[in-house]
Order: sequence, then C-alpha cells, then structure tokens
Amino acid sequence: MSTAETVDNSRRDFLYIATGAVGVTGTAMAVWPFIDQMNPDASQKALSSIEVDIAPIEVGQAITVVWRGKPVFIRHRTEEDIKLAVETDVAELRDPQTDAERAQKPEWLIMIGICTHLGCVPLGQKPGDVKGDYHGWFCPCHGSHYDSAGRIRKGPAPRNLDLPGYKFLSDTLVKIG
Amino acid sequence: MGHHESNYQPKWAIEKWLDERLPVIRMMSDQFIVFPTPRNLNYWWTLGMVLFFFLIIQIVTGIVLAMHYVADSGLAFDSVEHIMRDVNWGWLLRYMHANGGSFFFIAVYIHILRGLYYGSYKAPREILWLVGIVIYILMMAAAFMGYVLPWGQMSYWGATVITNLFSAIPWVGDSITQLLWGAYSVSQPTLNRFFALHYLVPMILAVFVIIHVWALHVVGSNNPEGLDVKTKEDTLPFHPYFTMKDLFVAISVLGIYAFFVFYMSNYMGHPDNYIRANPMVTPTHIVPEWYFLPFYAILRAVPDKLGGVIAMFGAIIVVAIIPWLDTHPIRSLRYRPIARIMFWLFVATALLLGFLGAKPASGWYITASRALMVFWFVYFLIILPILSRMERNNDKLPGSISEAVLGKSDDAAEAR
Amino acid sequence: MSIKSKLVALAAILTVSGSVGFATIAEAGGHDGAEHNAYHPARQSWTFGGIFGKFDRAQLRRGYQIYDEVCSACHSMKLMSYRNLMESGGPEFTKDEVKKMIADKAVPAEPNDEGATYADGERITRPALLTDRFVSPYENDKAAMAANGGALPPDLSVMAKARSLPHAGSGKEADNIFFATVAGIKEYAGWVFGVARDIVTQYQEGGPDYIYALMTSYEEEVPEGAKPIPEDKNFNHIFPGNAISMAPPLSDETVEYADGTKPTLDQHARDIATFLMWVAEPKLEERKRTGFMALVYLFILSMLMYMVKRAIWSGQKH
Repeated sequence: MSTAETVDNSRRDFLYIATGAVGVTGTAMAVWPFIDQMNPDASQKALSSIEVDIAPIEVGQAITVVWRGKPVFIRHRTEEDIKLAVETDVAELRDPQTDAERAQKPEWLIMIGICTHLGCVPLGQKPGDVKGDYHGWFCPCHGSHYDSAGRIRKGPAPRNLDLPGYKFLSDTLVKIG
Repeated sequence: MGHHESNYQPKWAIEKWLDERLPVIRMMSDQFIVFPTPRNLNYWWTLGMVLFFFLIIQIVTGIVLAMHYVADSGLAFDSVEHIMRDVNWGWLLRYMHANGGSFFFIAVYIHILRGLYYGSYKAPREILWLVGIVIYILMMAAAFMGYVLPWGQMSYWGATVITNLFSAIPWVGDSITQLLWGAYSVSQPTLNRFFALHYLVPMILAVFVIIHVWALHVVGSNNPEGLDVKTKEDTLPFHPYFTMKDLFVAISVLGIYAFFVFYMSNYMGHPDNYIRANPMVTPTHIVPEWYFLPFYAILRAVPDKLGGVIAMFGAIIVVAIIPWLDTHPIRSLRYRPIARIMFWLFVATALLLGFLGAKPASGWYITASRALMVFWFVYFLIILPILSRMERNNDKLPGSISEAVLGKSDDAAEAR
Repeated sequence: MSIKSKLVALAAILTVSGSVGFATIAEAGGHDGAEHNAYHPARQSWTFGGIFGKFDRAQLRRGYQIYDEVCSACHSMKLMSYRNLMESGGPEFTKDEVKKMIADKAVPAEPNDEGATYADGERITRPALLTDRFVSPYENDKAAMAANGGALPPDLSVMAKARSLPHAGSGKEADNIFFATVAGIKEYAGWVFGVARDIVTQYQEGGPDYIYALMTSYEEEVPEGAKPIPEDKNFNHIFPGNAISMAPPLSDETVEYADGTKPTLDQHARDIATFLMWVAEPKLEERKRTGFMALVYLFILSMLMYMVKRAIWSGQKH
C-alpha cells in the first residue's frame, strides 16, 4: 500500500467516524422531546402551589385538600394531640423527628396524606375513623400506625408522613407548594 | 427471500448459537447488507428509505400524541390545543405528525411515478406493485381518519363528505353510512372509532410494508435501464453503497421536512381546521387535504353521485391493474419515446387535477376537470394497451446493466 | 444527460418561467383595469415573520391592553390562562404585574358548601388565580348571541390561525374552451408562482394579515357599486359578503397606551393582530429558534453524508 493510499484511507475513516458521531448525537437529541413530553406539562406545573384558608377549621377538626393531585391533611390539633407528640421519646422512633420539626406552628399539622409504605391514603381524618394505636392515622392497606405528629410508630412504612413545603401567609391563610 | 447464496459467517460463539436457533442476523445480513442490488440505480430509487423514515416518524409521533389526545367530540379540539400549548414539545410533535403525513404522500407519489416511469410493475413485479397499491390505500385511510381527529371544521365536514361517498352505493348505501357513523350524522361515536382505527391502520400498513420489502427481495430491484440482472458485475452489495446513498437523500429530505415543520407549520393544512367543528354550518369552500385533490377533482367532475364515486375509485383501480394494461416488453421508458411523452402528459394531468380539486366546483374548472379525467382513463385503458402493441422495440436497448454502465464488453473487462 | 434531454429540460424551464411571468404581468394589468374602489388586502410586515421572527414584547403588551379593554367585552379567549401572560415567548409580564392585572377579574366560583352557584340570581364569583382561564364575557354561546343581536362573537384563542387573506383568482366563468384554457394556464401558473413565493418567504402570516385588514377596512357608508347590506350590519371590505355584525371596534385613540405609543387605528390594528398571533401560537419563538438549530444540523449532516456517499462510490461506475 502506498503512502498516498494510507493518507487517503485514514482521511476516509475520519470522515466516516465524524459523520457517525454527528448522526448519533443528533439522534440522541431528537429523542429528548419524545421522552420529555411525558413529564408534567405546563398546566400541571402551574398548579404547583395552592392557597388554603384555614380559618374555618375548628380545634380537633381536620380537612383534606388536593395539591398536585394528592391529598394534603391539615389538622387543627388539640392540646392533647400536641402534648402526646411533644412528650414522645424521639430516640425510640424509626424516623426520629421532633414535633417542632413536624409542624411550623404546633396547633397546625400539615402533611401529605399518603402512606410512605406503598401509597395508600391513611384513615384518621374523619371523626369516626380508626386512628391507630397512637391517636394519629392508620393505614388500612398494610397496617401502618402514625402518631399525632404523623410519625411512623408501628407497621411496615419506612418513614414519617411526608411534609409539603408550606408557608403561613397570615394566621388564617397558608400557601402549600 | 432473495435468490443469492448466503455468505454470512457467525463470528462469535453467541452469534453461532443464535444462528442455529433463529437466523435473524443471517437474514439481516443477507437482505440488507450483502443483498445484490443493480449498480445503476439512480436517485429516484432512494425514496424507499425516505418512506421508511416517514413511516417511523409517523408511528413514533403518533404514539406520543395519543398519550395526550382525547377522542371526545367535546374535548378533542381543546386536547389538541393543550398539546400545542402545554405539553412539553407538544407543538413539535404535532407539527411533525401533521407535516409528516404530507411528506409521506409527497414521497409516495414520487415513488409511484418512479415505478410508472421505469416499468417497475411489469413481470415479475406485479405482486410487489399490488402490495404497494394496498399500502397507498391504507395510507389514504389513515391520513383521512387522522385529519378528522382535531375535530375542526375541515375535520368534521371532510368526514361527512367522505363517509357520504358510501351512501352512493345502491340500496345499502345509507345503512353502510350509518354503520360507519354509529349515529345519524358524524358525531361522538364516529370520532371515537376513527381514533381507534387511526391507531390500527398504520400497524396493518407496517405489516404490508414488510410484505412489500419481502416481495422486492424475491425479485430484486428494477433499475433505470429496466433490464434484468444477469451477472455479478450488474450488482453491488446493498451496504454500504445503497444504504449510504439512501441515507444521504433521506437526511436531505428531512431537512426540507424540518423547514416545513418549523417554518411553514400550517401551510399544508387549512385555516378552517382551527375553527371548532360545527355540525350546523358548513364552510363555504371545503377541500380535502392536498394529497386527495386529484381524486376529489374526478369525483366532482361527474354530475352523478354514484358515477362520481365510481370514477374516483376507478381512477385508483386503473393504476392498480397497470401491469396488465401495459404489456410492452421494454420496462424502462428511457427506451420508449412515445410512451414517455404520454407519461409526462399523465403527470401533468395529475398535477392539474390536483390544482382543480382545490378550486370551487363551477365554471371552467369543471370543464377542465372533465377533460383531464377523460385523459386519465384514456391513458391507462387505451393509450397503454395500444402502445404495448404498436410501439416498436428500441434497438438502442443495451444488452445488460454492466454494458449500459461500464460500456461495451472490452470496457467492462477493463473495469474488472 | 443527453443533449436532447437537456434541451427538453431547458424548454420546460422556459415554458414554466414564461407562463409565470405572463401570469404576473397579466395580474398586474388586471389590477390597473379594475374599478377604483376595488379593495386589495396586502401582506403586512411583522416582527414575528421569517426564520428569525420574534414578537415585540411591548407590542404584545399593547395588544393585551386592547384585548382587555375592547375585545374582551364580547369575545372570549377560552384557551388562554392568566399564567400564560408571564411565560417566555409572550408579553412576559412579571408575576406581580399579572397578579395586579387580574386583581379585579372575577371568575365563576365552584359550587359552595350548599352546592349553589347562584346567590340572589347572581353568579357567585371568586377572585381569579394565575391558573384560571381568561374570564369569558358571557356564560354560554346562547347568552352571547342574545346580547349581540343573534350574532356569536367567535372565541379568539386560535383566530390568527383560523383566517387567511383571500386568494387572488379569477373564478370567472369563461364562455368558450379557448378562453377557459388561457384562463386556466394563467391561473395555474399564478398558483405555482404563489406557492413558490410563499415557500421562499415562509409566508405564515395570513391570519394576522386578515385581522389587520378587517380592523382597517370598515366603511361608514356602503361604497358605490357595492351590494346593499342589512341595516344592523356594518360594511367591511374584507369580510366575506361585506356585511359584518361587529361594529368597528377600533379607531384612532380607542386605547390610551401605557407605554406612550401613538394610538392610531393602524397601530391598534397591528398590535391586536400581533397579540392574537401570539395567543394562537404561543410557542412560535421556541419553534423558530429550535428550527434554526435543526436546519443547521441537518444541513451539516446531509453534507457529511454526501461526502461519505461520494467516498464510498468513488471506485464504482454506476
């Protein structure tokens, strides 16, 4: 093989590799819209925060609001609820969190009402509901018990009920998300 | 499939293991790598790859659009606009799908005309041709039903007009139309089933594409000289020669397609389809999508309901049966000067009919449509059969593909 | 290519270009001969046209002001949400600006705790949120028609894509085959030329052109020679049939612009047409931006593929 031919061949190889690389890069980029279309769309993202008026909730009552398609529990806790939650020995918990870490204002507990085990909605919102062994919530699917601060006490769930980001805009208005 | 010997040698143990159980790599190698392809194929033979690209684009964009579309007569229009406004990249996916349909047809029309010009329908490729016609008809069905889905004014009234074609059938026509509608007019049940069928038809189409390629690989490609492959010198392996040539063209066509997707997004559509379907008001001037226009012109040229429908379907049927109308022994029109002139007259007829199909059905438009429709049928039913007998064989016809490409035998020897 | 086929190709090119030229000249001639009050809507120049087209933010804001102060009295815009006003590629108001703008918007409230949507015969409302759709002026189409003398003011969400300038074309009846053929060739050539021109200029602005023309083509009196129109209708040159129910919505100084732009009818018409184009195609800028990159990429790749193809075929006659 002559030198000229070798140069010619390596130049060709470079061309082939360059073209292949450009082609593969472009294809990869073109795939992105087809994946990204499955992500939450603009109208879903716009719903990412809601404002809730908590004035009508009496002490001891709880309401469930929908945020991002999920139930959010808002409970106006009684003195007893708070006392139970504060006096619990944090060190004994599966997912140790103090009550102050769970609620910005002690009388208001705001959590995502989805069991951290496999996604069911625990009971305990309505007055007649089973509240579990710890005066909080009880998940009927696989028997997880949550206390009055929404912490996991018994059953298969690995974590306490998740907290959404929220902010008190005033004493009676809370922004979730 | 093809008649050539397989020369696939499994390299690794796993390839050998697989080859003994399911020789899929061997098949790919035989059919798409070493497959002997006439060396003289020109650029008109690259449309197959282009069509394959558009089939893939349509199926993939279609599947993702179906993830967001709602086939409800009250929500369909809004769901399409939701795709355009809120879904991530939704505007791109929808415009790709809408313009992809048009480009699919542009490519298929060029592909069909290539076949007509070079006599690709002649023995032994009749089945290949008929399968192609089936694909074309399935494309039309898919495109028509797809155009109904956005539920705009053109969707609605296009669906009404096309389904009413079936009401022209004597005695059972009205029952068939009602069956298609699932109601007493185009309405919710119609939309819902059109969505289901719009998803189904392309899958059937894809199966026929496989059969089309199968049939092609049994008889091999025709070529611009219209000569049979005789020696090994006549052919080159499919890969890399034709894969790379086809890819070059496919990517260039994608460039033109992208220009339309991004900059002429609605040019091949109709503004009226951005008006919600209204069963009480017909747009003053309704036209089908551009790719149906020649047939639409033929439909309107006949002043009789059943007659118009028969003429329109007849116009496709004569194309389907051309292998038995044009029986001249020479395939390629390169060597048939008279048939060549007639071919170009036919192309002009098809284009002009397309133009007339977009015009109102009145005045000289109708007169011209009639004259051109007559030529359409005369071309297939009279001119081609007569030329098959009368047009003389051409003594310039080369003896083989190698001779045509490489020159007479001494040159050919040199090239080897 | 043989010399003969080259000649044929040349003849074909000459024929086509000749007929295009002829058609253009004939069309121009036709205009001169037409009656003096004939109306010719024209293509306007828009900032959002062409490959690098972008909306003018200030113009979109003015357009929204016109919609809000004038159009929205009768026309709904159901596909738009207030949040869209702050999204990129649009007027790009800030969140605070939009919140201030919608402070006085009242949307029909969801059923209250008693399940009622009406109190004392009035629709119960609540303050609008960013995620709410634009408030419609009427509760439903029937109410809209009842309030507008039986005519339904169409929703404006996709109006700029649902209209186009009327196509030029004779459409005249030719009484013999010769004139029909001449007219046909001329019209066909004109059509081919028109398509070529549209593609070269990426003409996609038929909607805004129509809206601009509609806003500026009202006549107080029916012009001489035009067909009379019903008394409760208004004469508009471009509206099909000329009799439009909508009274002239814009005139000089209809809206006092916050940004100090001179409020002429022409300015109003351009601003509202631009705004409606954005409303109909909110992703226009993103589309054109992405498109440019896609085209550059495909051009480079196709050039590379051409070189690859040439390199592979270099040793082969074909």
